[in-house]
Amino acid sequence: MMKHENLYKYIIGIADNSLILGQRMGELCGHGPSLETDIACTNISLDLFGQVRSYYQYAAKIAGDNRTEDDIAMLRKEREYVNVLLVEQPNTDFAYIMTRHFLFDMYHYMFLQELQKSQDLTLSAIATKSIKEVSYHLRFSTDWIKRLGDGTEESHSKMQNAIDDLWTYTDELFHLTDADKAMVKAGVGVDVTKLKDTYYTKVSEILQEATLEVPESKYFQKGGKQGIHTEHMGYLLAELQYMQRAYPNMEW
Amino acid sequence: MSEEQIKNLEEQFEARIVRDDKIEPKDWMPEKYRQTHIRQISQHAHSEIVGMLPEGNWITRAPSLRRKVALLAKVQDEGGHGLYLYSAAETLGISRDEMFEQLHSGKAKYSSIFNYPALTWADMGAIGWLVDGAAIINQVALCGTSYGPYARAMVRICKEESFHQRQGYEIMLKLSEGTQEQKDMAQDALNRFWWPSLMMFGPKDDESPHTAQSMKWKLKRKTNDDLRQQFVDQTVPQAELIGLTIPDPDLKWNEDKKGYDFGPIDWDEFWQVVKGHGPCNKERMKARVNAWEEGAWVRDAAMAYAEKQQERKEKQAV
Amino acid sequence: MKKNWPLWEVFVRSKNGLEHRHFGSLHAADADMALENARDVYTRRNEGVSIWVVESKHITASNPEHNGELFEPAQDKVYRHPTFYNLPDEIKHM
Repeated sequence: MMKHENLYKYIIGIADNSLILGQRMGELCGHGPSLETDIACTNISLDLFGQVRSYYQYAAKIAGDNRTEDDIAMLRKEREYVNVLLVEQPNTDFAYIMTRHFLFDMYHYMFLQELQKSQDLTLSAIATKSIKEVSYHLRFSTDWIKRLGDGTEESHSKMQNAIDDLWTYTDELFHLTDADKAMVKAGVGVDVTKLKDTYYTKVSEILQEATLEVPESKYFQKGGKQGIHTEHMGYLLAELQYMQRAYPNMEW
Repeated sequence: MSEEQIKNLEEQFEARIVRDDKIEPKDWMPEKYRQTHIRQISQHAHSEIVGMLPEGNWITRAPSLRRKVALLAKVQDEGGHGLYLYSAAETLGISRDEMFEQLHSGKAKYSSIFNYPALTWADMGAIGWLVDGAAIINQVALCGTSYGPYARAMVRICKEESFHQRQGYEIMLKLSEGTQEQKDMAQDALNRFWWPSLMMFGPKDDESPHTAQSMKWKLKRKTNDDLRQQFVDQTVPQAELIGLTIPDPDLKWNEDKKGYDFGPIDWDEFWQVVKGHGPCNKERMKARVNAWEEGAWVRDAAMAYAEKQQERKEKQAV
Repeated sequence: MKKNWPLWEVFVRSKNGLEHRHFGSLHAADADMALENARDVYTRRNEGVSIWVVESKHITASNPEHNGELFEPAQDKVYRHPTFYNLPDEIKHM
């Protein structure tokens, strides 16, 4: 067992979300609804990968066994990725893409606000840098939720579908793993359970402003944080890991 | 306006270009100048955004996080450059949507190089090194072109692109220092992209009908063959340095001209791809058309929302 | 419905102390989007600290055909420049 196993797991837990969401946004590059939107989405993807690298580099240092950021990013088994299910959902259409983003950004922003106060100085420094980026992501996705929700009939119905479908993945954002609990206790981690009420209040406000119905379903999916993913994950990893798996132990 | 007057204006116009005066959007210009510029600038813009596709393909599969962010940033830049160029063309009185229609209907052309498939990671290296290398040679020459908005876009693009070619060459360098498998991958990419890169400079001078006019308007500062020669001369030593072989048995240093002689280009292949029958012409167009059509409801929604907001504001003001 | 996003002109202040300069244009549905797009398109390399956007149709431009009457009359008003005035050689700077 690693000396700082819980801290390591905690960092991976944060970083995997950004990795998988960044990968999804990266798929979009060159295929967006307008050139301007395309460039904006790529910026978001770049922000997320930047964060990922800071987290994994820190995790690699803690592991202390010569593993690199790329080993962590690309050489784990699917069961070892602990991102939430929300971020791995596919780019079904632009309504899904923006809804997924919005639902995650709101959480991400609130989470980083708290992480800034972490007793772990590296994590708090990463949070302080990232929150500026994420604050912009939230602004960007919130604007799009309003535009699409309160745009045309067609866009409204696509948005409502996306919200209804993705809502089921929101509750998991506020689950605590054992490593999370240990880190909360150590003053390093964020107690995400405390963010939940505010999250739903804020999200609901914006959905209402966007003339969208807040889903009432109480049935939620979970599993990502334990490494049990949706069927989409395998395909995503097949691309992410392709080079490292096909050509092991090489430098690029 | 009488013919006499137009002739007068044209003479003044040509004299301005000779003096290196820039032409700006609202200035009088001959219709042919306008049309030629719309055609060339929009083709250039189309090349940037179609060019996003072969590399965009590899973003999700980049072998390391460092490579992934570099590639993302590069492909994003291409989108930005397309945007600058469309904006420059729009100053001539054509809308971006019209230009997209021309692209999607096959009426407008784009650089044929992007109709070749990007099959391996080494292709990201070859594209950056060779394709961007060739593009830069063209683009640097265009920074001094006569139409102000085009020249300004080119200056900005050249500044931003300085990392693109390096990014590609670094990929090749790393492969050439790697395992045999990696070296083979690099050589294979060079083999596939070398000749199409030479074709990027266009037909031979004696078969290039627009050259004289374009030189006069500074849309071209050097001929196709001159630029091609410059590219070969600059690239051969770069290949040698990293142990790669240019796939041309006729390639030979010519001391008299202080440049390389190189073998014949397969112009049949060139025209086949230009006419729409390259390996990926159909896929590339399909990807662009899909993005545009699937984005229609998004663009419409944003406009509808903007109009509603405007109405609300006006009501509030009353 | 077919209405395209209008064109906007983008002006960027590269750093405090400098004026906003025209950087280029882009398409956006509304002013907020135009600002966001301008940020993403024109300040990717840390080029700005402040952005203005204005819908292109709101710009009134002078007509180059009137350049003669607009700008040439200023050419011979040399008395607006310091070199028009003579100083004794002893005075080096004024």
